[in-house]
Amino acid sequence: MVKIEAVIQPSKLDSAREALRNIGIDGLTVSQVRGHGRQKGHKEVYRGREYQVDLLHKLKLEMVAPSSRKDEVIAALVEAVRTGAIGDGKIFVSEVAEAIRIRDDSRGEGAL
Amino acid sequence: MLSNRVFAGLLLFSSSALAVAPPADRAELRALQAAVAASQSAGDNAWMLMCAALVLMMTGPGLALFYCGLVRKKNVLGTMMQSFAMMAVITLLWAVCGYSLVFAPGNPFLGDLRYMFLRGVGGEPNATYAPTIPHQTFMIYQLMFAIITPALITGAFAERVRFRAMVMFSTLWAFFVYFPVAHMVWGTGGFLNAFLGGKYPVFDFAGGTVVHITSGFSALVTAIYIGKRVGYPHEKIVPHNLVLSFIGACLLWVGWFGFNAGSALAASSLATSAFVATHFAAAAGAVSWMAAERLRNGKPSALGAISGAVAGLATVTQGAGFVQPFSAVLIGLVAGGLCYFMVTKAKEKLGYDDSLDVFGVHGIGGLAGCLLTGVFATRVVNSALKLANGQPAPLGWIDGNPAQVLNQLIGAAIGIGLGVVGTLLALKITGLVTPLRMYEREEDSGMDLTLHGEEGYNFET
Repeated sequence: MVKIEAVIQPSKLDSAREALRNIGIDGLTVSQVRGHGRQKGHKEVYRGREYQVDLLHKLKLEMVAPSSRKDEVIAALVEAVRTGAIGDGKIFVSEVAEAIRIRDDSRGEGAL
Repeated sequence: MLSNRVFAGLLLFSSSALAVAPPADRAELRALQAAVAASQSAGDNAWMLMCAALVLMMTGPGLALFYCGLVRKKNVLGTMMQSFAMMAVITLLWAVCGYSLVFAPGNPFLGDLRYMFLRGVGGEPNATYAPTIPHQTFMIYQLMFAIITPALITGAFAERVRFRAMVMFSTLWAFFVYFPVAHMVWGTGGFLNAFLGGKYPVFDFAGGTVVHITSGFSALVTAIYIGKRVGYPHEKIVPHNLVLSFIGACLLWVGWFGFNAGSALAASSLATSAFVATHFAAAAGAVSWMAAERLRNGKPSALGAISGAVAGLATVTQGAGFVQPFSAVLIGLVAGGLCYFMVTKAKEKLGYDDSLDVFGVHGIGGLAGCLLTGVFATRVVNSALKLANGQPAPLGWIDGNPAQVLNQLIGAAIGIGLGVVGTLLALKITGLVTPLRMYEREEDSGMDLTLHGEEGYNFET
Protein backbone atom coordinates (compact mmCIF):
# COMPACT_ATOMS: atom_id res chain seq x y z
CA MET A 1 0.00 0.00 0.00
CA VAL A 2 1.07 3.58 -0.56
CA LYS A 3 0.00 6.80 1.03
CA ILE A 4 -0.40 9.64 -1.40
CA GLU A 5 -0.29 13.14 0.06
CA ALA A 6 -1.18 16.01 -2.23
CA VAL A 7 -0.83 19.66 -1.22
CA ILE A 8 -3.08 21.59 -3.60
CA GLN A 9 -4.77 24.93 -4.19
CA PRO A 10 -7.98 25.14 -2.10
CA SER A 11 -10.07 25.93 -5.17
CA LYS A 12 -9.11 22.59 -6.75
CA LEU A 13 -10.68 20.37 -4.10
CA ASP A 14 -13.82 19.58 -6.02
CA SER A 15 -12.08 18.60 -9.24
CA ALA A 16 -9.62 16.44 -7.29
CA ARG A 17 -12.45 14.63 -5.51
CA GLU A 18 -14.31 14.08 -8.71
CA ALA A 19 -11.21 12.64 -10.40
CA LEU A 20 -10.63 10.26 -7.48
CA ARG A 21 -14.25 9.19 -7.40
CA ASN A 22 -14.11 8.44 -11.13
CA ILE A 23 -11.27 5.97 -10.63
CA GLY A 24 -12.85 4.40 -7.56
CA ILE A 25 -10.75 5.87 -4.76
CA ASP A 26 -13.28 6.30 -1.96
CA GLY A 27 -11.26 7.04 1.16
CA LEU A 28 -9.93 10.55 1.54
CA THR A 29 -8.80 12.86 4.35
CA VAL A 30 -8.65 16.62 3.73
CA SER A 31 -7.03 19.17 6.00
CA GLN A 32 -6.48 22.91 5.83
CA VAL A 33 -2.78 23.65 5.95
CA ARG A 34 -0.51 26.62 5.41
CA GLY A 35 2.85 26.59 3.78
CA HIS A 36 4.99 27.68 0.91
CA GLY A 37 7.19 26.21 -1.72
CA ARG A 38 9.39 28.22 -3.98
CA GLN A 39 6.74 30.77 -4.90
CA LYS A 40 6.60 34.09 -3.07
CA GLY A 41 3.63 34.94 -0.81
CA HIS A 42 1.48 38.00 -1.19
CA LYS A 43 1.15 41.46 0.35
CA GLU A 44 -1.68 42.57 2.65
CA VAL A 45 -2.26 46.20 3.66
CA TYR A 46 -4.19 47.22 6.80
CA ARG A 47 -4.54 50.96 7.33
CA GLY A 48 -1.41 51.61 5.34
CA ARG A 49 0.71 49.02 7.13
CA GLU A 50 2.03 46.38 4.75
CA TYR A 51 2.48 42.77 5.69
CA GLN A 52 4.22 40.14 3.60
CA VAL A 53 2.26 36.91 3.91
CA ASP A 54 4.56 33.96 3.14
CA LEU A 55 2.49 31.08 4.49
CA LEU A 56 -0.35 30.56 2.07
CA HIS A 57 -3.53 28.59 2.57
CA LYS A 58 -3.47 25.18 0.94
CA LEU A 59 -5.37 21.93 1.29
CA LYS A 60 -3.68 18.63 2.01
CA LEU A 61 -5.34 15.51 0.62
CA GLU A 62 -4.30 12.17 2.03
CA MET A 63 -5.35 8.81 0.69
CA VAL A 64 -4.03 5.27 0.88
CA ALA A 65 -4.20 3.08 -2.22
CA PRO A 66 -2.99 -0.38 -3.30
CA SER A 67 0.58 -0.08 -4.57
CA SER A 68 -0.53 -1.33 -7.97
CA ARG A 69 -2.76 1.73 -8.45
CA LYS A 70 -0.15 4.34 -7.47
CA ASP A 71 0.56 5.73 -10.94
CA GLU A 72 -3.10 5.76 -11.92
CA VAL A 73 -4.06 7.79 -8.85
CA ILE A 74 -1.19 10.24 -9.30
CA ALA A 75 -2.04 10.78 -12.96
CA ALA A 76 -5.69 11.44 -12.13
CA LEU A 77 -4.77 13.90 -9.39
CA VAL A 78 -2.22 15.79 -11.44
CA GLU A 79 -4.62 16.17 -14.31
CA ALA A 80 -7.39 17.39 -12.02
CA VAL A 81 -5.51 20.07 -10.11
CA ARG A 82 -2.87 21.35 -12.51
CA THR A 83 -3.23 24.91 -13.81
CA GLY A 84 0.37 25.27 -14.97
CA ALA A 85 0.96 28.26 -12.69
CA ILE A 86 3.39 28.58 -9.79
CA GLY A 87 1.73 27.35 -6.59
CA ASP A 88 -0.12 24.35 -8.02
CA GLY A 89 1.32 22.22 -5.20
CA LYS A 90 3.16 18.93 -4.61
CA ILE A 91 2.44 15.23 -4.32
CA PHE A 92 4.38 12.92 -1.99
CA VAL A 93 4.18 9.15 -1.97
CA SER A 94 5.26 6.83 0.85
CA GLU A 95 4.98 3.16 1.80
CA VAL A 96 2.33 2.20 4.32
CA ALA A 97 3.05 -0.78 6.59
CA GLU A 98 -0.47 -1.65 7.62
CA ALA A 99 -4.08 -0.53 7.38
CA ILE A 100 -6.76 -1.49 9.87
CA ARG A 101 -10.48 -0.94 9.63
CA ILE A 102 -11.55 -0.16 13.18
CA ARG A 103 -15.10 -1.44 12.85
CA ASP A 104 -14.25 -5.08 12.08
CA ASP A 105 -10.47 -5.23 12.55
CA SER A 106 -9.92 -6.24 8.87
CA ARG A 107 -6.37 -5.70 7.67
CA GLY A 108 -4.39 -4.76 4.55
CA GLU A 109 -5.83 -3.63 1.24
CA GLY A 110 -9.19 -5.04 2.19
CA ALA A 111 -9.45 -2.45 4.91
CA LEU A 112 -9.11 0.51 2.52
CA MET B 1 -29.13 72.78 20.92
CA LEU B 2 -32.19 74.96 20.99
CA SER B 3 -34.60 74.54 18.17
CA ASN B 4 -37.30 76.62 16.64
CA ARG B 5 -40.66 75.87 18.05
CA VAL B 6 -42.99 75.19 15.21
CA PHE B 7 -45.95 75.74 17.41
CA ALA B 8 -44.75 79.01 18.88
CA GLY B 9 -46.68 81.02 16.33
CA LEU B 10 -49.84 79.08 16.91
CA LEU B 11 -49.54 79.49 20.65
CA LEU B 12 -48.88 83.18 20.25
CA PHE B 13 -51.92 83.49 18.04
CA SER B 14 -54.15 81.68 20.50
CA SER B 15 -52.93 83.66 23.50
CA SER B 16 -53.65 86.97 21.77
CA ALA B 17 -57.08 85.62 20.92
CA LEU B 18 -57.43 84.72 24.57
CA ALA B 19 -57.52 88.37 25.61
CA VAL B 20 -60.71 89.09 23.70
CA ALA B 21 -62.43 85.72 23.87
CA PRO B 22 -65.45 85.17 26.09
CA PRO B 23 -64.88 82.87 29.15
CA ALA B 24 -66.30 79.72 27.55
CA ASP B 25 -64.07 80.05 24.47
CA ARG B 26 -61.13 80.84 26.71
CA ALA B 27 -61.39 77.47 28.44
CA GLU B 28 -61.66 75.79 25.07
CA LEU B 29 -58.57 77.59 23.82
CA ARG B 30 -56.65 76.59 26.92
CA ALA B 31 -57.62 72.99 26.35
CA LEU B 32 -56.50 73.33 22.73
CA GLN B 33 -53.15 74.82 23.79
CA ALA B 34 -52.60 71.98 26.22
CA ALA B 35 -53.47 69.43 23.56
CA VAL B 36 -51.06 71.01 21.05
CA ALA B 37 -48.26 71.11 23.60
CA ALA B 38 -48.93 67.53 24.64
CA SER B 39 -48.85 66.25 21.08
CA GLN B 40 -45.61 68.05 20.36
CA SER B 41 -44.12 66.67 23.53
CA ALA B 42 -45.26 63.18 22.57
CA GLY B 43 -43.60 63.49 19.15
CA ASP B 44 -40.37 64.91 20.50
CA ASN B 45 -40.20 62.40 23.31
CA ALA B 46 -40.75 59.44 21.00
CA TRP B 47 -37.94 60.65 18.77
CA MET B 48 -35.54 61.39 21.61
CA LEU B 49 -36.04 58.03 23.30
CA MET B 50 -35.31 56.36 19.96
CA CYS B 51 -32.21 58.50 19.60
CA ALA B 52 -31.02 57.55 23.08
CA ALA B 53 -31.34 53.89 22.12
CA LEU B 54 -29.50 54.53 18.82
CA VAL B 55 -26.58 56.19 20.61
CA LEU B 56 -26.34 53.29 23.06
CA MET B 57 -26.30 50.96 20.06
CA MET B 58 -23.21 52.79 18.82
CA THR B 59 -21.24 51.52 21.82
CA GLY B 60 -22.83 48.11 22.05
CA PRO B 61 -22.65 46.43 19.69
CA GLY B 62 -21.42 49.06 17.19
CA LEU B 63 -18.07 50.13 18.62
CA ALA B 64 -17.54 46.79 20.36
CA LEU B 65 -17.81 44.99 16.99
CA PHE B 66 -15.79 47.59 15.13
CA TYR B 67 -12.94 47.29 17.61
CA CYS B 68 -13.05 43.57 18.30
CA GLY B 69 -12.71 42.73 14.61
CA LEU B 70 -9.54 44.82 14.44
CA VAL B 71 -7.69 42.94 17.18
CA ARG B 72 -6.27 39.43 17.19
CA LYS B 73 -8.69 36.64 18.00
CA LYS B 74 -7.21 35.97 21.43
CA ASN B 75 -8.41 39.45 22.48
CA VAL B 76 -11.87 39.51 20.92
CA LEU B 77 -13.87 39.22 24.15
CA GLY B 78 -11.57 41.43 26.20
CA THR B 79 -11.95 44.18 23.61
CA MET B 80 -15.73 43.89 23.50
CA MET B 81 -15.86 43.87 27.28
CA GLN B 82 -14.11 47.23 27.43
CA SER B 83 -16.98 48.87 25.56
CA PHE B 84 -19.61 46.89 27.42
CA ALA B 85 -18.11 47.74 30.80
CA MET B 86 -18.55 51.42 29.96
CA MET B 87 -22.25 50.82 29.34
CA ALA B 88 -22.53 49.53 32.88
CA VAL B 89 -20.03 51.61 34.86
CA ILE B 90 -20.61 55.03 33.35
CA THR B 91 -24.36 54.54 33.70
CA LEU B 92 -24.02 54.17 37.44
CA LEU B 93 -21.65 57.12 37.69
CA TRP B 94 -24.09 59.19 35.69
CA ALA B 95 -26.97 58.35 38.02
CA VAL B 96 -24.99 59.10 41.16
CA CYS B 97 -23.44 62.42 40.19
CA GLY B 98 -22.24 62.53 36.56
CA TYR B 99 -25.39 64.03 35.16
CA SER B 100 -25.44 66.68 37.84
CA LEU B 101 -21.78 67.61 37.36
CA VAL B 102 -22.40 68.17 33.65
CA PHE B 103 -25.84 69.71 33.43
CA ALA B 104 -26.63 71.29 36.78
CA PRO B 105 -25.93 75.00 37.04
CA GLY B 106 -22.71 75.56 38.91
CA ASN B 107 -19.55 77.40 38.01
CA PRO B 108 -18.32 77.82 34.42
CA PHE B 109 -16.28 74.62 34.69
CA LEU B 110 -18.46 72.11 36.51
CA GLY B 111 -22.05 71.73 37.56
CA ASP B 112 -23.09 71.50 41.19
CA LEU B 113 -24.66 68.49 42.88
CA ARG B 114 -28.31 69.48 42.87
CA TYR B 115 -29.22 66.55 40.59
CA MET B 116 -27.20 64.05 42.62
CA PHE B 117 -28.93 60.64 42.61
CA LEU B 118 -31.14 62.18 39.89
CA ARG B 119 -33.04 64.21 42.47
CA GLY B 120 -35.66 66.27 40.69
CA VAL B 121 -34.93 64.72 37.30
CA GLY B 122 -38.36 63.45 36.37
CA GLY B 123 -41.17 63.89 33.90
CA GLU B 124 -41.23 67.68 33.94
CA PRO B 125 -39.10 69.17 31.16
CA ASN B 126 -35.93 71.07 32.00
CA ALA B 127 -36.74 74.25 30.06
CA THR B 128 -33.10 75.35 29.97
CA TYR B 129 -32.10 72.50 27.70
CA ALA B 130 -35.13 70.87 26.14
CA PRO B 131 -38.53 72.39 26.92
CA THR B 132 -40.64 69.75 25.17
CA ILE B 133 -39.29 66.46 26.52
CA PRO B 134 -39.18 65.04 30.04
CA HIS B 135 -36.06 65.98 31.96
CA GLN B 136 -35.43 62.29 32.38
CA THR B 137 -35.38 61.76 28.61
CA PHE B 138 -32.74 64.47 28.27
CA MET B 139 -30.76 62.87 31.09
CA ILE B 140 -30.78 59.35 29.61
CA TYR B 141 -30.00 60.66 26.12
CA GLN B 142 -26.94 62.57 27.34
CA LEU B 143 -25.78 59.53 29.30
CA MET B 144 -25.20 57.63 26.06
CA PHE B 145 -22.60 60.23 25.01
CA ALA B 146 -20.77 59.83 28.31
CA ILE B 147 -20.67 56.07 27.70
CA ILE B 148 -19.20 56.07 24.22
CA THR B 149 -16.48 58.65 24.88
CA PRO B 150 -14.28 56.58 27.25
CA ALA B 151 -15.19 53.48 25.21
CA LEU B 152 -13.60 55.15 22.17
CA ILE B 153 -10.33 55.63 24.08
CA THR B 154 -9.96 51.90 24.74
CA GLY B 155 -9.01 51.38 21.08
CA ALA B 156 -5.73 53.19 21.63
CA PHE B 157 -4.49 50.80 24.31
CA ALA B 158 -6.14 47.69 22.86
CA GLU B 159 -4.76 44.22 23.53
CA ARG B 160 -2.53 45.04 26.53
CA VAL B 161 -4.34 46.70 29.48
CA ARG B 162 -5.83 44.93 32.48
CA PHE B 163 -9.57 45.03 32.93
CA ARG B 164 -9.53 46.44 36.43
CA ALA B 165 -7.10 49.18 35.42
CA MET B 166 -9.25 50.04 32.39
CA VAL B 167 -12.38 50.41 34.54
CA MET B 168 -10.60 52.54 37.11
CA PHE B 169 -8.89 54.71 34.51
CA SER B 170 -12.18 55.31 32.67
CA THR B 171 -13.95 56.23 35.88
CA LEU B 172 -11.30 58.77 36.84
CA TRP B 173 -11.19 60.03 33.25
CA ALA B 174 -14.92 60.72 33.32
CA PHE B 175 -14.44 62.96 36.35
CA PHE B 176 -11.23 64.64 35.20
CA VAL B 177 -12.07 65.19 31.54
CA TYR B 178 -15.57 64.33 30.34
CA PHE B 179 -17.71 65.91 33.03
CA PRO B 180 -15.86 69.26 33.05
CA VAL B 181 -15.55 69.57 29.26
CA ALA B 182 -19.18 68.57 28.70
CA HIS B 183 -20.28 71.11 31.30
CA MET B 184 -18.16 73.85 29.77
CA VAL B 185 -19.57 73.27 26.28
CA TRP B 186 -23.15 72.19 26.98
CA GLY B 187 -23.97 72.97 30.62
CA THR B 188 -25.81 76.13 31.48
CA GLY B 189 -23.33 78.89 32.29
CA GLY B 190 -20.50 76.72 30.92
CA PHE B 191 -17.31 78.54 29.99
CA LEU B 192 -17.62 77.63 26.29
CA ASN B 193 -21.41 77.42 25.96
CA ALA B 194 -22.46 79.45 22.92
CA PHE B 195 -26.15 79.53 23.84
CA LEU B 196 -26.30 79.56 27.62
CA GLY B 197 -23.97 82.27 28.82
CA GLY B 198 -20.47 81.07 27.94
CA LYS B 199 -17.43 83.36 27.83
CA TYR B 200 -16.10 81.90 24.59
CA PRO B 201 -18.98 80.70 22.42
CA VAL B 202 -18.04 77.36 20.87
CA PHE B 203 -20.43 75.68 18.45
CA ASP B 204 -20.42 72.00 19.27
CA PHE B 205 -23.67 70.52 18.11
CA ALA B 206 -23.21 66.87 19.01
CA GLY B 207 -19.83 66.53 20.66
CA GLY B 208 -16.96 67.10 18.23
CA THR B 209 -15.05 68.70 21.08
CA VAL B 210 -16.78 67.03 24.02
CA VAL B 211 -16.55 63.51 22.62
CA HIS B 212 -14.06 63.26 19.76
CA ILE B 213 -11.33 65.76 20.62
CA THR B 214 -11.26 64.71 24.27
CA SER B 215 -11.27 60.98 23.52
CA GLY B 216 -8.87 61.27 20.58
CA PHE B 217 -6.17 63.26 22.35
CA SER B 218 -6.59 61.32 25.58
CA ALA B 219 -6.18 58.17 23.49
CA LEU B 220 -2.84 59.39 22.17
CA VAL B 221 -1.64 60.02 25.71
CA THR B 222 -2.66 56.53 26.84
CA ALA B 223 -0.98 54.87 23.84
CA ILE B 224 2.32 56.65 24.55
CA TYR B 225 2.14 56.29 28.35
CA ILE B 226 1.23 52.60 28.36
CA GLY B 227 3.60 51.70 25.54
CA LYS B 228 3.48 49.49 22.48
CA ARG B 229 2.08 46.01 22.27
CA VAL B 230 4.64 43.22 22.50
CA GLY B 231 5.93 42.63 18.99
CA TYR B 232 4.74 45.94 17.55
CA PRO B 233 5.61 46.96 14.86
CA HIS B 234 7.78 44.16 13.43
CA GLU B 235 5.45 41.24 14.12
CA LYS B 236 2.38 40.65 12.05
CA ILE B 237 -0.50 42.09 14.06
CA VAL B 238 -3.55 42.21 11.81
CA PRO B 239 -7.34 42.39 12.21
CA HIS B 240 -8.71 38.92 12.92
CA ASN B 241 -12.19 39.49 11.50
CA LEU B 242 -12.95 42.51 9.34
CA VAL B 243 -16.48 41.24 8.83
CA LEU B 244 -17.22 42.06 12.47
CA SER B 245 -15.62 45.48 12.03
CA PHE B 246 -17.69 46.05 8.93
CA ILE B 247 -20.96 45.31 10.74
CA GLY B 248 -19.80 47.47 13.64
CA ALA B 249 -19.02 50.40 11.37
CA CYS B 250 -22.44 50.17 9.70
CA LEU B 251 -24.11 50.15 13.12
CA LEU B 252 -22.03 53.19 14.05
CA TRP B 253 -23.17 54.99 10.90
CA VAL B 254 -26.84 54.34 11.69
CA GLY B 255 -26.41 55.05 15.39
CA TRP B 256 -24.77 58.35 14.51
CA PHE B 257 -28.14 59.64 13.30
CA GLY B 258 -29.29 59.39 16.90
CA PHE B 259 -26.08 61.05 18.03
CA ASN B 260 -26.16 64.03 15.67
CA ALA B 261 -29.78 64.47 14.62
CA GLY B 262 -30.91 63.72 18.16
CA SER B 263 -28.78 66.59 19.40
CA ALA B 264 -31.50 68.90 18.08
CA LEU B 265 -33.35 67.60 21.18
CA ALA B 266 -36.62 67.67 19.25
CA ALA B 267 -38.15 66.08 16.16
CA SER B 268 -37.54 69.34 14.35
CA SER B 269 -36.33 70.50 10.95
CA LEU B 270 -32.97 71.10 12.62
CA ALA B 271 -32.86 67.38 13.38
CA THR B 272 -33.45 66.69 9.69
CA SER B 273 -30.68 69.07 8.72
CA ALA B 274 -28.25 67.39 11.12
CA PHE B 275 -29.32 63.96 9.86
CA VAL B 276 -28.59 64.98 6.27
CA ALA B 277 -25.23 66.55 7.09
CA THR B 278 -24.23 63.45 9.04
CA HIS B 279 -25.08 61.09 6.22
CA PHE B 280 -23.36 63.17 3.54
CA ALA B 281 -20.16 63.52 5.55
CA ALA B 282 -20.01 59.77 6.18
CA ALA B 283 -20.39 59.06 2.48
CA ALA B 284 -17.80 61.65 1.49
CA GLY B 285 -15.37 60.34 4.11
CA ALA B 286 -15.67 56.80 2.75
CA VAL B 287 -15.11 58.00 -0.81
CA SER B 288 -12.08 60.13 -0.05
CA TRP B 289 -10.36 57.46 2.09
CA MET B 290 -10.91 54.88 -0.65
CA ALA B 291 -9.59 57.31 -3.25
CA ALA B 292 -6.48 57.96 -1.16
CA GLU B 293 -5.87 54.23 -0.83
CA ARG B 294 -6.43 53.66 -4.51
CA LEU B 295 -3.82 56.31 -5.28
CA ARG B 296 -1.24 55.04 -2.80
CA ASN B 297 -1.69 51.24 -2.83
CA GLY B 298 -3.67 50.66 -5.98
CA LYS B 299 -6.50 49.02 -4.02
CA PRO B 300 -9.38 50.54 -2.08
CA SER B 301 -9.91 48.28 0.96
CA ALA B 302 -12.98 47.41 3.00
CA LEU B 303 -11.20 48.52 6.16
CA GLY B 304 -10.34 51.79 4.43
CA ALA B 305 -13.92 52.41 3.33
CA ILE B 306 -15.37 51.91 6.80
CA SER B 307 -12.55 53.88 8.44
CA GLY B 308 -13.29 56.75 6.08
CA ALA B 309 -16.97 56.69 6.93
CA VAL B 310 -16.21 56.78 10.65
CA ALA B 311 -13.74 59.63 10.07
CA GLY B 312 -16.40 61.57 8.17
CA LEU B 313 -18.91 60.97 10.96
CA ALA B 314 -16.51 62.00 13.72
CA THR B 315 -15.51 65.11 11.82
CA VAL B 316 -19.04 66.32 11.04
CA THR B 317 -20.28 65.77 14.59
CA GLN B 318 -19.34 69.22 15.79
CA GLY B 319 -21.01 71.05 12.93
CA ALA B 320 -23.89 68.69 12.15
CA GLY B 321 -26.58 71.13 13.25
CA PHE B 322 -24.85 74.21 11.89
CA VAL B 323 -23.78 73.41 8.33
CA GLN B 324 -25.49 72.95 4.98
CA PRO B 325 -25.39 69.64 3.11
CA PHE B 326 -22.57 70.55 0.77
CA SER B 327 -20.46 71.92 3.56
CA ALA B 328 -20.91 68.51 5.16
CA VAL B 329 -19.71 66.85 1.94
CA LEU B 330 -16.60 69.03 2.03
CA ILE B 331 -16.04 68.24 5.70
CA GLY B 332 -16.31 64.53 4.93
CA LEU B 333 -13.89 64.75 2.00
CA VAL B 334 -11.32 66.54 4.16
CA ALA B 335 -11.86 64.00 6.97
CA GLY B 336 -11.21 60.95 4.80
CA GLY B 337 -7.98 62.25 3.29
CA LEU B 338 -6.63 63.84 6.45
CA CYS B 339 -7.33 60.89 8.73
CA TYR B 340 -5.93 58.49 6.11
CA PHE B 341 -2.70 60.47 6.16
CA MET B 342 -2.61 60.48 9.97
CA VAL B 343 -3.09 56.75 10.48
CA THR B 344 -0.85 55.62 7.64
CA LYS B 345 1.97 58.13 7.35
CA ALA B 346 2.09 60.23 10.51
CA LYS B 347 1.63 57.33 12.92
CA GLU B 348 4.43 55.39 11.30
CA LYS B 349 6.77 58.40 11.41
CA LEU B 350 6.02 59.18 15.06
CA GLY B 351 6.18 55.56 16.16
CA TYR B 352 3.42 55.37 18.81
CA ASP B 353 1.11 52.35 18.94
CA ASP B 354 -2.36 53.90 18.87
CA SER B 355 -3.57 50.42 18.08
CA LEU B 356 -6.97 51.08 16.55
CA ASP B 357 -6.26 54.67 15.46
CA VAL B 358 -8.41 56.56 17.92
CA PHE B 359 -6.17 59.61 17.73
CA GLY B 360 -5.80 59.55 13.96
CA VAL B 361 -9.55 59.28 13.36
CA HIS B 362 -11.32 60.85 16.34
CA GLY B 363 -8.65 63.24 17.60
CA ILE B 364 -7.60 64.66 14.26
CA GLY B 365 -11.07 64.33 12.72
CA GLY B 366 -12.60 65.99 15.77
CA LEU B 367 -10.09 68.84 15.66
CA ALA B 368 -10.60 69.42 11.95
CA GLY B 369 -14.35 69.30 12.44
CA CYS B 370 -14.16 71.82 15.27
CA LEU B 371 -12.31 74.34 13.11
CA LEU B 372 -14.37 73.65 9.99
CA THR B 373 -17.51 74.30 12.01
CA GLY B 374 -16.13 77.78 12.66
CA VAL B 375 -15.86 78.19 8.90
CA PHE B 376 -19.09 76.63 7.67
CA ALA B 377 -21.61 77.25 10.49
CA THR B 378 -24.47 79.34 9.16
CA ARG B 379 -27.63 80.94 10.47
CA VAL B 380 -29.43 79.57 7.42
CA VAL B 381 -29.32 76.21 9.18
CA ASN B 382 -29.36 77.20 12.84
CA SER B 383 -31.03 80.42 13.95
CA ALA B 384 -31.06 79.72 17.67
CA LEU B 385 -28.45 82.39 18.39
CA LYS B 386 -30.06 85.85 18.19
CA LEU B 387 -28.71 89.36 17.82
CA ALA B 388 -29.98 92.14 20.11
CA ASN B 389 -32.59 93.05 17.48
CA GLY B 390 -33.97 89.52 17.43
CA GLN B 391 -32.46 88.59 14.06
CA PRO B 392 -30.45 85.33 13.81
CA ALA B 393 -26.79 86.02 14.59
CA PRO B 394 -24.10 85.25 11.99
CA LEU B 395 -22.35 82.06 13.02
CA GLY B 396 -19.27 81.02 11.06
CA TRP B 397 -16.83 82.52 8.60
CA ILE B 398 -19.21 82.05 5.67
CA ASP B 399 -21.76 84.11 7.61
CA GLY B 400 -19.15 86.89 7.87
CA ASN B 401 -17.93 85.98 11.33
CA PRO B 402 -14.33 84.78 10.85
CA ALA B 403 -13.61 85.32 14.55
CA GLN B 404 -15.65 82.19 15.25
CA VAL B 405 -12.74 80.06 14.00
CA LEU B 406 -10.70 81.49 16.86
CA ASN B 407 -13.44 80.65 19.37
CA GLN B 408 -13.50 77.10 18.04
CA LEU B 409 -9.73 76.96 18.41
CA ILE B 410 -9.98 78.07 22.04
CA GLY B 411 -12.59 75.38 22.69
CA ALA B 412 -10.42 72.74 21.03
CA ALA B 413 -7.34 73.87 22.97
CA ILE B 414 -9.21 73.59 26.26
CA GLY B 415 -10.53 70.15 25.29
CA ILE B 416 -7.03 69.01 24.30
CA GLY B 417 -5.35 70.54 27.35
CA LEU B 418 -7.77 69.07 29.84
CA GLY B 419 -7.73 65.78 27.95
CA VAL B 420 -3.94 65.49 28.15
CA VAL B 421 -3.61 66.58 31.78
CA GLY B 422 -6.64 64.65 33.02
CA THR B 423 -5.53 61.50 31.22
CA LEU B 424 -2.01 61.66 32.66
CA LEU B 425 -3.43 62.15 36.12
CA ALA B 426 -5.92 59.31 35.72
CA LEU B 427 -3.21 56.96 34.42
CA LYS B 428 -0.83 57.92 37.23
CA ILE B 429 -3.41 57.32 39.96
CA THR B 430 -4.60 54.07 38.41
CA GLY B 431 -1.02 52.85 38.10
CA LEU B 432 -0.44 53.47 41.79
CA VAL B 433 -3.42 51.33 42.74
CA THR B 434 -3.22 48.48 40.24
CA PRO B 435 -0.89 47.45 37.38
CA LEU B 436 -1.97 48.97 34.08
CA ARG B 437 -0.49 46.39 31.74
CA MET B 438 -0.62 42.65 31.47
CA TYR B 439 2.66 40.78 31.85
CA GLU B 440 4.32 39.83 28.59
CA ARG B 441 3.40 36.18 29.02
CA GLU B 442 -0.23 37.13 29.66
CA GLU B 443 -0.26 39.39 26.65
CA ASP B 444 0.95 36.43 24.59
CA SER B 445 -1.92 34.23 25.72
CA GLY B 446 -4.38 37.09 25.24
CA MET B 447 -6.89 39.11 27.22
CA ASP B 448 -9.70 36.58 26.88
CA LEU B 449 -7.91 33.82 28.75
CA THR B 450 -5.86 35.99 31.07
CA LEU B 451 -8.44 38.54 32.16
CA HIS B 452 -11.75 36.81 31.65
CA GLY B 453 -11.01 33.07 31.73
CA GLU B 454 -12.78 32.28 28.49
CA GLU B 455 -12.30 32.28 24.74
CA GLY B 456 -14.31 33.94 21.99
CA TYR B 457 -14.16 31.11 19.52
CA ASN B 458 -14.51 27.46 20.49
CA PHE B 459 -15.18 26.00 17.08
CA GLU B 460 -14.09 22.48 18.04
CA THR B 461 -16.88 22.04 20.56
